[in-house]
Amino acid sequence: MNFMASKQPENSLLGPEADSQRTLYPYVTGTSVVALKYKDGILMAADMGGSYGSTLRYKSVERMKSIGKHSLLGASGEISDFQEILRYLDELILYDNMWDDGNSLGPKEVHNYLTRVMYNRRNKFNPLWNSLVLGGVKNGQKYLGTVSMIGVNFEDNHVATGFGNHLARPILRQEWHENLSYEDGVRLLEKCMRVLLYRDRSAINKLQIAKITEEGTTISRPYSLKTYWEFSAFANPAQGAVGTW
Amino acid sequence: MFRNQYDTDVTTWSPAGRLFQVEYAMEAVKQGSAAIGLRSKTHIVLGCVNKANSELSSHQKKIFKVDDHIGVAIAGLTADGRVLSRYMRNECINYSFTYESPLPVGRLVVQLADKAQVCTQRSWKRPYGVGLLVAGLDESGAHLYYNCPSGNYFEYQAFAIGSRSQAAKTYLERKFENFTDASRDDLVKDALMAIRETLQGETLKSSVCTIAVVGVGEPFHILDQGTVQQMIDAFEIVGEQEGPDAAAGQEASAEPEQGAGAGEGVAPMDI
Repeated sequence: MNFMASKQPENSLLGPEADSQRTLYPYVTGTSVVALKYKDGILMAADMGGSYGSTLRYKSVERMKSIGKHSLLGASGEISDFQEILRYLDELILYDNMWDDGNSLGPKEVHNYLTRVMYNRRNKFNPLWNSLVLGGVKNGQKYLGTVSMIGVNFEDNHVATGFGNHLARPILRQEWHENLSYEDGVRLLEKCMRVLLYRDRSAINKLQIAKITEEGTTISRPYSLKTYWEFSAFANPAQGAVGTW
Repeated sequence: MFRNQYDTDVTTWSPAGRLFQVEYAMEAVKQGSAAIGLRSKTHIVLGCVNKANSELSSHQKKIFKVDDHIGVAIAGLTADGRVLSRYMRNECINYSFTYESPLPVGRLVVQLADKAQVCTQRSWKRPYGVGLLVAGLDESGAHLYYNCPSGNYFEYQAFAIGSRSQAAKTYLERKFENFTDASRDDLVKDALMAIRETLQGETLKSSVCTIAVVGVGEPFHILDQGTVQQMIDAFEIVGEQEGPDAAAGQEASAEPEQGAGAGEGVAPMDI
């Protein structure tokens, strides 16, 4: 007896061929994004590296983009998935503008939309392999939130992705306060990025800092941080911990 | 309107460029019992006249809460109105879920109008036979819209639809310039006055009307009958010195006799 094998439609995620279409591992990845609220809005920093595994392959990747009039999105993780998210948001903002009615999607709405997208993809076992930071100002209200690839989302006064959570946020917890000036905010972010540069192997010394206020978004030109490698601990790293490498 | 050879289905134009089925649908709205709406900068009040079929039955629900910031009053085929309210509630809740933000009323109204338009261009459908007064808040403030069976929608400072709505419109036209800066309570008072105009001499009491309010800091809700009656008592007895109201004033004093019969007979099924 011969039964006709049942055919799946081409875009289904079931069956043996489908596994090559789900995201199983990331390939070209960006590392930490760090952001904080300051007096006039949000400051966000990310380096411009795109790693291919352990190789620091691409060094001019812009990992922060402005979204609509009121939001700024930073991403770590798979760069191609970030580009896909930018396409989704482009369409979202386009339709929002087409209403042409004086209403516009603010950072809170964009953040929640992204949460729904990330969570729904996770439920289909086909995640967008990113950790996102979404910040913005609308009608004087500052907003800063994050969404992970499994759909975990929350808002806070300062957020970070990846290694930033472990290295930058403790600094921010100590030194962040309400109504930071622009200069203090930048100084604080640079402090965090410098620690990440020293300690995260996928960080590169070429970063951008973005600012979003009620007036709009500015993303800085790429620049690099001054580093100091003559610390005595760097000279003899095994001193305090025999057997380390 | 008289019957003619172009009014059989909605997809037939008349030589004069009219769609008679759509116009007949708008007639259905005119035959329904009155609904009125008016707005200030921060609040919108909806009101409607409730007519029960008989003393034994309850009256039909004509005001629906769509979301905390949007409500609608209908006139015409209430079944169609109920279905459209369900659609509106669905749209609002889906938007809230995705964006954690209330759906701007201007967008809901356009979606509703587009839905109505579809029914004017399909041979297997009929237009919705209900007019909707949509009251809602969005970023730009308080709004009142009227959605037509034709698929048109208009924004209003104040409006009335349904039978004898012309009387209410005349009252509103006289008073509307004050509405933008009026207080919430004055707005409710004006709504009650407008409803009274449509009753053409019948006494205004809370059992024949329903009032709902939505405003900044005040989610959409229907006022309970006790509150409405108190407002009627507070405003009406101290009547205005205007022609039609003087007559109504005299009828109000004859109320006790009428009230004992008709008033108590209506079942208090107001939800």
